[in-house]
Amino acid sequence: MNPFSSGTRLRDMIRAIRACKTAAEERAVIRKECAAIRAAIDENDHDYRHRNLAKLMFIHMLGYPTHFGQMECLKLIASAGFPEKRIGYLGLMLLLDERQEVLMLVTNSLKQDLNHSNQYIVGLALCALGNICSAEMARDLAPEVERLLQFRDPNIRKKAALCSIRIIRKVPDLAENFVNPAASLLKEKHHGVMITGVQLCTELCKHSSEALEYFRKKSTEGAVKTLKDLVNSPYAPEYDIAGITDPFLHIRLLKFLRVLGHEDADASDYMNDILAQVATKTESNKNAGNAILYECVETIMSIEDSGGLRVLAINILGRFLSNRDNNIRYVALNMLMKAITVDGQAVQRHRATILECVKDSDASIRKRALELVYLLVNESNVKPLTKELIDYLEVADQEFKGDLTAKICSIVAKYSPEKIWYIDQMLKVLSEAGNFVKDEVWHGLIVVISNASDLHGYTVRALYRAFQISSEQESLVRVTVWCIGEYGDMLVNNIGMLDIEDPIVVTESDAVDVAETAIKRHNSDLTIKAMAMIALLKLSSRFPSCSERINHLIVQYKGSLVLELQQRSIEFNSIIASHQNMRSTLVERMPVLDEATFIGKRAGSIPASVSSSNRAAINLPNGVSKSAAPLVDLLDLSSDEVPVPSSSGSDFIQDLLGLDLSAAPEQSGSNPAPKSGTDVLLDLLSIGTTPPAQSSAFPADILSNQEKSPTSQLDGLSSLSLLPASKASAPVSSSTIDLLGGLAPNVASSDENGSVYPSIVAYESGSLRITFDFSKAAGSPQTTLIHATFKNLSPNVYSNFIFQAAVPKFLQLHLDPASGSTLPGSGNGSITQKLKVTNSQYGKKHLVMRLRIAYKVDDKDILEEAQVNNFPRNL
Amino acid sequence: MGIRFILMVNKQGQTRLAQYYENLTLEERRALEGEIVRKCLARNEQQCSFVEHRNYKIVYRRYASLFFLVGVDNDENELAILEFIHLLVETMDRHFGNVCELDIMFHLEKAHFMLEEMVMNGCIVETSKSNILSPIQLMEKSS
Repeated sequence: MNPFSSGTRLRDMIRAIRACKTAAEERAVIRKECAAIRAAIDENDHDYRHRNLAKLMFIHMLGYPTHFGQMECLKLIASAGFPEKRIGYLGLMLLLDERQEVLMLVTNSLKQDLNHSNQYIVGLALCALGNICSAEMARDLAPEVERLLQFRDPNIRKKAALCSIRIIRKVPDLAENFVNPAASLLKEKHHGVMITGVQLCTELCKHSSEALEYFRKKSTEGAVKTLKDLVNSPYAPEYDIAGITDPFLHIRLLKFLRVLGHEDADASDYMNDILAQVATKTESNKNAGNAILYECVETIMSIEDSGGLRVLAINILGRFLSNRDNNIRYVALNMLMKAITVDGQAVQRHRATILECVKDSDASIRKRALELVYLLVNESNVKPLTKELIDYLEVADQEFKGDLTAKICSIVAKYSPEKIWYIDQMLKVLSEAGNFVKDEVWHGLIVVISNASDLHGYTVRALYRAFQISSEQESLVRVTVWCIGEYGDMLVNNIGMLDIEDPIVVTESDAVDVAETAIKRHNSDLTIKAMAMIALLKLSSRFPSCSERINHLIVQYKGSLVLELQQRSIEFNSIIASHQNMRSTLVERMPVLDEATFIGKRAGSIPASVSSSNRAAINLPNGVSKSAAPLVDLLDLSSDEVPVPSSSGSDFIQDLLGLDLSAAPEQSGSNPAPKSGTDVLLDLLSIGTTPPAQSSAFPADILSNQEKSPTSQLDGLSSLSLLPASKASAPVSSSTIDLLGGLAPNVASSDENGSVYPSIVAYESGSLRITFDFSKAAGSPQTTLIHATFKNLSPNVYSNFIFQAAVPKFLQLHLDPASGSTLPGSGNGSITQKLKVTNSQYGKKHLVMRLRIAYKVDDKDILEEAQVNNFPRNL
Repeated sequence: MGIRFILMVNKQGQTRLAQYYENLTLEERRALEGEIVRKCLARNEQQCSFVEHRNYKIVYRRYASLFFLVGVDNDENELAILEFIHLLVETMDRHFGNVCELDIMFHLEKAHFMLEEMVMNGCIVETSKSNILSPIQLMEKSS
């Protein structure tokens, strides 16, 4: 009886399912069927096993659970007949995957079938193994597959080749066994064997560099010849597609050549002729031909440069780009993105066309083109490109605006030549698509505005104008409200007029109107309302004449259901009503926001852009760049939490260096390289302690002093790192004396504690000292308890004192809350904080830690960072 | 890896054949199919045949009421996959004679057998129609 033709009941089931009008009906039918199948399974019904399984596959395809049929597959596979096995293996591949335990049971049947005398059954087993085998099965059955690579029938050899791919993916160690048989597959004439053999060889090259070397030597010639024969082959009806013989084999061969030629001049040289032939002779009026050209271009781009070929490839892409067929244009954009690293100039030539593609009606093409434009932007073309993109923003689809806005903001932030241009562009984006702008973008804009003191008036007036037109754009409203609160007086009095501006007349009450509109808009969210509330408070002091009206507005929120608004309303009301005398000082203009901190945070939130550019040279936090080797530890450490400033690109990091660090890069140039083999880190970091005005001879002296001093105590110096400007100007001599003076009591105290590990001074600047005391948690040597003590040696009180620490991945850090946040001056008190560090590589690696200390002195934010690597070695 | 899944879906968005070459749970499959089908079916004839979705690239082609959707890796040759879909349709045409949605539904296992001869573990096995079909014809003859 034939299991496939007797499927009337299967047909009935499918009809019944198709007849269902609703999903609920369908579920009912399926439930009934599943019940019947389960019953049949329980009765061990042989006659309908295959048909039941076929039904299960259909049910599975519809997305219903079918796990109860898995054992049936195994039974069918174990039966003797071909048709049963056929459907059993199909069920196995569809209903099971490699994660299921049941799969273990099938290994034995597979082994038997791989050795079966019927080659069709061998084929079935190979196919199943190739689709679902797990690592264990791969190990068990690899010898069988290896043998089958030399089977007499090519149809088995081709399946064995693909099966081998699965095996080496699961168990890469087995790769070497397959190298020789794979190479011999390349010499065959059967297309199926060739295409699978080429794929196997490509895969082997990926897994093992020895295999790659082997194929480069032995098979480059063969692969080139095969491709040549294929290109010049006479009409072969069985493989012909649009006049080309087997384009699929073409493509796989080109892929293989790409792997062989990549970073190998000899192999690349060898394949030049055939690539040129494919690139020039292939018909480009049919899809199959274009597919080959596309692959050929990619191969040319990846192999070693030979001038002429690259020109050919870029020309093909140019033709693709002007093609009317959207598919072709899509792949052209895709390819140009890869070509940009190889030949940026050539791609720039197509800029206008690419920009047109950003405006295409097809979302796929737009997305590709936008990404490409993003890569094309540089300092010289940022202005026209941004203008084009912003113009397009006006007419772009709603769903595309999000992507487009994000890219524009990123371009503007990265390449803006001057602040006024940055502000102008951001205002345009906010007015067009303010609802799509991410929070950090408008936060960033506010930071920039706050820092551009000569543009405050200009900005607030421009925002006022924009607000009149686009008051529905949320982030525009936020920035406007904030600026009017801060710089409202400049708006009304036209202060800081630039030549390019038209004067406008805004009364005080007009300015208050803006905040009122923002707070009363029905779709304003809490952020806008809260910001508007603060703006109103500030305006009440700036514009005494409107004070009454503002108070009235604020009072309306006394009964707000949102706690935040209610609280602000009540507090602000009392400030306006009963604290007239202190109001003006209370609502003074906000201190300039710290651009560096913000940029640093933003850099931290996009680690990808940092890590991609920090390969070549590494800049230590104090701006000294050195070659990588001795600093690997430090690098590891900082890539976890703290952005690594890199010299090879990113502007904002340069900003960070310039702004945040007083020990500027130019200083580093004047310092002689360390003379002897002392710890480079020590030298580098200690450079940061020298004041910028110092002559080059002086730091050299300090360096040599350190080299001479034998004590480990001076290691404390190595943790000295960047110092804010105010600190760096303190004389060096005093800081060293402080350090030495400060050490004595410290060592004593650790003796008193009787702890096994000596205490260390983890960090010391001219005024701040951090000491660490150690103890071990009972019973777990990996865990170290650190008792950190912070002392302030300067006469000023430090407020908002925050201590943060970061450790590399092999450590785990737990910080308890600090004992306080105010640190009295002159060493009259201390803050303590407990840290718990667990070292997962205890005994192999030593503790290292990075510190960041933030505090306020005289209303100024100070940030200090340091690296601690003088921990006792056995922690 | 190359091909990661092959779907055949009708105009109403009902799956008619699904073959995955990677492990996804039933729920993940349902969600993925729903998202992809919604995305692809909404596109018009003039738009290109490629859609990026999650970390897949979907290459799709419509034949009468049936959509063929192939999910591939990002570095796969999209145009070649398009050609491959056509080869699949031609192969089924040769076997069923003017293949239609119902042929695939009622002969689901045969459609799978053909696919099995053409793609294994996401790689192309065979591109000659007669080589693909010969084991299936042999099986039919013997029964």
